[in-house]
Amino acid sequence: MNNMAQTLQEKLAILSDAARYDASCASSGTTRRDSRDGKGLGSTEGSGICHAYAPDGRCISLLKILMTNFCIYDCAYCVNRVSSNVPRARFNVDEVVSLTLEFYRRNYIEGLFLSSGVIRNPDDTMSDMVRIAKRLRTVENFRGYIHLKTIPDASPEIIAEAGLYADRLSINVELPTDRSVQAFAPEKNPATIRAAMGNVRGLRTASKDRSHTGKRPPIFAPAGQSTQMIVGADGATDATILTRSTSLYGDYKLRRVYYSAFSPIPDSTAKLPLIKPPMMREHRLYQADWLMRFYGFGVDEITSVAHQGNLDLEIDPKLAWALQNRHLFPLDVNKASRDMLLRVPGFGTKTVNRILTTRRHRTLRYDDLLRLGASLKKAQAFVTALDWTPGSLTDSVNLRARFAPPPEQLTLF
Amino acid sequence: MFTVPLTRIGTWEAWRDAARALLAARVPPEQIVWDWDGTASELFATDIPPPTTRQAIKVPADFVEMAQWVVWHKDPQRFARLYALLWRLRLEKGIMADRADADLARLRQMEKAVHRCKHKMRAFVRFRDLRTGGARRSFAAWFEPTHHSVEPCAPFFARRFADMDWMIVTPDVTAKFTNGDLTFHEGREKPDLPEDAAEALWGTYFQNIFNPARLKISAMTSEMPKKYWKNLPEAQFIPGLIANAEARVREMAAAAPTLEPARVARIREQLQAVPQPASWNLLNAGLSACTRCPLHGPATQVVPGHGPHDAPLMIVGEQPGDQEDLAGTPFVGPAGQLFDQLAARAGLDRGQAYVTNAVKHFKFKEGAKRRMHVNPNTSEVSHCKFWLDSERTLLKPRLTLALGATAMGALTGNAKGVTARRGTIEQTPHGPVLITLHPSALLRMPPADRPAAEDAFVADLMLAAETLAQSTPSVDAAARSA
Repeated sequence: MNNMAQTLQEKLAILSDAARYDASCASSGTTRRDSRDGKGLGSTEGSGICHAYAPDGRCISLLKILMTNFCIYDCAYCVNRVSSNVPRARFNVDEVVSLTLEFYRRNYIEGLFLSSGVIRNPDDTMSDMVRIAKRLRTVENFRGYIHLKTIPDASPEIIAEAGLYADRLSINVELPTDRSVQAFAPEKNPATIRAAMGNVRGLRTASKDRSHTGKRPPIFAPAGQSTQMIVGADGATDATILTRSTSLYGDYKLRRVYYSAFSPIPDSTAKLPLIKPPMMREHRLYQADWLMRFYGFGVDEITSVAHQGNLDLEIDPKLAWALQNRHLFPLDVNKASRDMLLRVPGFGTKTVNRILTTRRHRTLRYDDLLRLGASLKKAQAFVTALDWTPGSLTDSVNLRARFAPPPEQLTLF
Repeated sequence: MFTVPLTRIGTWEAWRDAARALLAARVPPEQIVWDWDGTASELFATDIPPPTTRQAIKVPADFVEMAQWVVWHKDPQRFARLYALLWRLRLEKGIMADRADADLARLRQMEKAVHRCKHKMRAFVRFRDLRTGGARRSFAAWFEPTHHSVEPCAPFFARRFADMDWMIVTPDVTAKFTNGDLTFHEGREKPDLPEDAAEALWGTYFQNIFNPARLKISAMTSEMPKKYWKNLPEAQFIPGLIANAEARVREMAAAAPTLEPARVARIREQLQAVPQPASWNLLNAGLSACTRCPLHGPATQVVPGHGPHDAPLMIVGEQPGDQEDLAGTPFVGPAGQLFDQLAARAGLDRGQAYVTNAVKHFKFKEGAKRRMHVNPNTSEVSHCKFWLDSERTLLKPRLTLALGATAMGALTGNAKGVTARRGTIEQTPHGPVLITLHPSALLRMPPADRPAAEDAFVADLMLAAETLAQSTPSVDAAARSA
């Protein structure tokens, strides 16, 4: 454990390896900034940029590292827990600052996503992280994106300072139920985590109020806050998870809830079995999340068609809902309301907007729908157009079989 | 026939001005040959100069926005297609809103392709440090875009990298940013750029942020197509990462759990060593959130101590029972009721004592009809001792009555030999402790033995009452009651 001997290269290897289990890499949705004045470095322009993709299919947008992977907590699912024998390292402020700036200048990244294990105590750890963000902003005039993970139990004053330098703050709820958090992360307190999210929400709201003189308080974490839930480590069903996300979006105005399929970690604990990460389940949860946020679906509508609280892994949740609600279909694309068009499998929000503007000019045909970007393989059973009617297809018994992957023969060994 | 020359650099302005003039002169699309950078076939070339009027014409704003991107597409037909739509727009005003129009759909597709190319260029340009040593740092990159996207992309780099000089060289056009000025030059061959040490660090990062358990190659190649790989320093690691992924996951699964490092015990101790609560409110708040031992899980609630906070006598039992667990108050079940009867015989008023338990959660196993009491183990007692010690510190009782072996152990540090030690008073750092049996032990006795045992118990309680009467109130207690 002789850390003096570690090179920057070795530290980076350890501390990025330790950071890979955080799903978030978003760098979008913050204020617009640039450095055209020539006095600083960096810009943010609404949408983020994915600078590279790893073979796991995940985008690399930010330099996602831990300040240190030393940690005094013993969360069973975490690679950095105190009882694990993974190699440990710690960056100093200069190292993080120079890595961020040098990577940024070469156009490798959009900014920094800094997380950390808890060392000494939550306040000290969070203060060290804030020091790095402050240095980047105030000394180096860095105008790129900064995402800081907040440490549970860090005091509100330190979080308030973090929000002045960071675009986004996040704190992970880790597991969908309080009981699982207590079982797998004994030092973490679900109530404190919720209190911290509530605090950030309050600070964000306050930062938008003008005073009586019309002066605005400093901008606080303009890209909002997000959180992450591990899927598949405990017994929680998709219904539990989605209900939890709904309350997180509602109660704390989160920008995003990330679902992270529980993935094998080096030197794992005997408490959690090493499984193949449930990636399809993760994918279906994201689809359901999207339906709730952009397609007007209620959590109960999605979970009402789930089997024992879990989403259908073979077909997407919108299709699953439509198959159970066939009495509402087929819809006439030339007359149906926006709300209903959004519920057609194979129609995205863009397609629906295009249908609405285009049908003012013409009565839509099957081929028109293709040009508008609809996926008709799915949609054709659920819509009618000028020259198209699905006939008995909508109510046919084997409609589901057209979309579900063919049953696989079990292999012998 | 008109031949309209268009330059490689400044294509958009050239096309816009020409289209404007041609439209004003009512030149139909089929009479125009667009000659971009001298690439038009000479078959139809003419020497007639195209009209150059600068008369203003009205065009929908979304057409202009779309055309600004389409002109950078590599399709040689792009200018003709744009002009053809422009020609139609004179008479059919609504086309731009009609996404199903075939001509518009084709142009929108081209626009999308250029947008994607722009996006990939913003993402995949990799600068190298030229180490020129000037006042401004200097960087350069080699890039091969799919479409002609250097010119529309360069302002983005100018906004982002304004405090350094940079150059993006492509076979198509070269963009140079020097001292805040952006200029465009002819495309070039791939230059020899100096090695950059940062690329090794970037490669390290790329390899380690990859999670081998989540291999999903198609998701990567759909967003980072292979045609870009040759100019991405990190791409050289991709084949190796893919090849070894499965073995790394298998290795993780096969590795036996290791023993935890030596520092864990010390860190755990530190975490547990939180300061004792300084007030009854803090004590109760902490107690209700306590998860120090697993007993909080199945129990209904924590059962805190009960009684005046200036009581001279503290009575400590073992743990809450079934009824206490439901009520949230100690000593309300059968044992508590028996205790009250016997205490009355001894002249001891339980209402004047602070009553609590060595363990604050009910430990039980599910029986056929009711929950069966289970003795707390040493670990549970020692976890809960934190709270018992806090209560003793806050209360400062003149006498503490230990009911049974568990309470005796928690109060004196020694849980052995309760029958021999009962009826005696032992000194502890928190004051004297009088030891007796637990009333539930009396309840479990054969009926014949019970009267004698009850008498002995009452005798112990009378000793307690006597001791209290003799001991003068401590200065603290006097100050508190004053």
